[in-house]
Amino acid sequence: MIKRRVQYELAKRVVGPFITSLDQWKSKQRQKKRKPRASEFGPPLQTIGKLKEIMTKHYLEGRYADGAVPVAWVTSGFPSEILRPFDFHVVYPENHAAVCAARKQVPQISEPIEMQGFSRDLCSYARTDMGNALITNTPVGRLPKPDLLCCCTNICQTVMYWYRWLADYYNVPLILIDTPFIYGAMKDHHIEYISDQLEELMVIAERVSKKHIDREVYTNILNLAGEGCQLWGECLETGQAKPSPWTGFDTFFHIAPIVAIRGTEECNAYYRMLRDELKDRISKGIGGIKNEQYRLLWDNLPMWFNVAEFATMFAEKGFNFVCATYSNAWAEAKDLLTPEDPFGSCAEAYARVYLNRDMKNRLETMKEMATAFDVDGAVLHSDRSCKPYSVGQIDVKRKFAEDLGIKSIVLEADHGDQRLYSKEQGETRLQAFMESFSE
Amino acid sequence: MSKPVGIGVDIGSTTWKAVVIDKDGKILAKKIESSDPLIERQTNRALAELREMAGAPDDIHVGATGYGRKQVKATKVLTEITCHAKGAFYNTKSSCVLIDIGGQDTKVIYIGERGEVTDFAMNDKCAAGTGRFLEVILGRLKVDFEDIEQRINSVEKSILISSTCTVFAESEVVSLLAQGKDVNQIVKGLHDSLSTRVLALAGNLTANIPIYMSGGVAHNPAMVRALTTTSGKTINVLPEPQLIGALGAALSVL
Repeated sequence: MIKRRVQYELAKRVVGPFITSLDQWKSKQRQKKRKPRASEFGPPLQTIGKLKEIMTKHYLEGRYADGAVPVAWVTSGFPSEILRPFDFHVVYPENHAAVCAARKQVPQISEPIEMQGFSRDLCSYARTDMGNALITNTPVGRLPKPDLLCCCTNICQTVMYWYRWLADYYNVPLILIDTPFIYGAMKDHHIEYISDQLEELMVIAERVSKKHIDREVYTNILNLAGEGCQLWGECLETGQAKPSPWTGFDTFFHIAPIVAIRGTEECNAYYRMLRDELKDRISKGIGGIKNEQYRLLWDNLPMWFNVAEFATMFAEKGFNFVCATYSNAWAEAKDLLTPEDPFGSCAEAYARVYLNRDMKNRLETMKEMATAFDVDGAVLHSDRSCKPYSVGQIDVKRKFAEDLGIKSIVLEADHGDQRLYSKEQGETRLQAFMESFSE
Repeated sequence: MSKPVGIGVDIGSTTWKAVVIDKDGKILAKKIESSDPLIERQTNRALAELREMAGAPDDIHVGATGYGRKQVKATKVLTEITCHAKGAFYNTKSSCVLIDIGGQDTKVIYIGERGEVTDFAMNDKCAAGTGRFLEVILGRLKVDFEDIEQRINSVEKSILISSTCTVFAESEVVSLLAQGKDVNQIVKGLHDSLSTRVLALAGNLTANIPIYMSGGVAHNPAMVRALTTTSGKTINVLPEPQLIGALGAALSVL
């Protein structure tokens, strides 16, 4: 235990910062040697270095976390703020699966679990996560074993079965926060139902971490999380400028801290820095792409395995994704998390997430975004791995055309598994979509 | 003879098509061949022959489309959706819906009043509802293209093929043959199934907007009739339906 704790602290305080500094130095050296290439993109964001530093440190800490501090694995929609006062090292397997997908490693990682009979139609995040448990070797080295598993049904029902498998495999307690699907307005009994579960969660978290909650610490973390969502929202709003100072694809990467280290000062300091840089770019007229002619909205998760390729294909033709419903989802809680009612507000914030609300709300949110960001069109990613997110897109497409006169295209693909995307056919459809604006 | 000013080449999965047009878009020469796996070699040779046929200069502008479009040294490269819309609009001069059933894919394109693409839909990743689907199943039934209409007209009933996946549909046909079912009824059912599939792509065609058809399958009158019957609408076949994409590509370089 003491040895693990020393390793963990060393990784956190010494090795992590050293590796990231070394990485940044190497990157600068490579850039000096490299001839400048013609690019359709604006200059890279300076904060990308800090982003790499934060996330490298996060994953490096994770390698030595088990045995040193309590480890909790959580779904992306879980109220992880509640776990932080217990000093849990919080791991987001979905975030990790996205890293695996970006490295195009999902097929090989999910193969062992497919061999056990899990269908390829199952979410690629779930397959990657369960497969990762079996192979224990990933692009980030290794994930720490969980002491506690926490899932929340606000993003999908798959998480329930996925985390049950993990609980069985790792033989650790599983906390399930059930959020009723919200049709129309949220009712008091919804909040009460979820708040009660959060109180129960505390008891289990206390037992696993062997630590009592300090409610003041929790309230402070909740405050920080609320501020973090606010700052992330301010970063995203800069996309309303013309040209947008960044691209929707940039937002997919800069989202990592608000997902993985939400509720920390480090997270908020990062977004202040990013927001200031984006505002500075606006004042200097620097765009995410050099020649922004058309502005698009992206719906659903990105296709992590070809983000750069995709971004280039659009940028070459003067198309920029200036907003994305996926990135926006982490800014939605900005006004909801309040210290006056730490459990009730948390219950409300996590039940009101985009994916847990009815089609009418989703459509209204998208229409508001389309108007605020003044988009010319939308790409609706019909994600094989995320059906709750993809359902209703045909109606969205029709309503966008009827109500806003905006063209959209539904693209069949997947957020993690490149085997489920037909590149040639997908690109032909997207190129035809782009041509329909100019030809 | 008017002067050739543009060439359009449409390299599809099954056939290689090209046209030479004058400044008004009139087709002066055309060429249709089976697609060669060596796209660049075929295109260089066939385009040289076509230029010679039409007396076109070597530096004439070339527009390329179709799956092999990236292999062509062209003035302009556009997707088949845009080119089909251009080719169709040249003929119709008005807003319309175009159903194009080619070898590898089926497209439904909504064309606006200025000839612009307002919306489009294509078949999924598989060959469901495409010319290739028909070709494979008819091949399994040993039915010649020329006999299709007469065979369909000889029966009243049709046996529907429930699967639109080419591989599964072939298995289904094999089972039907094993049960001793009538080949002509299967052929009729095949066309009915395909038309249902295509019209599902087209979505709601209740608007009073003319419907046109292009692609190699438009040469199959039985398919046109099946689409007409299933949709309850008139389906007009464009002149030279197989060359609409190539014509659009040529028009794009004018």
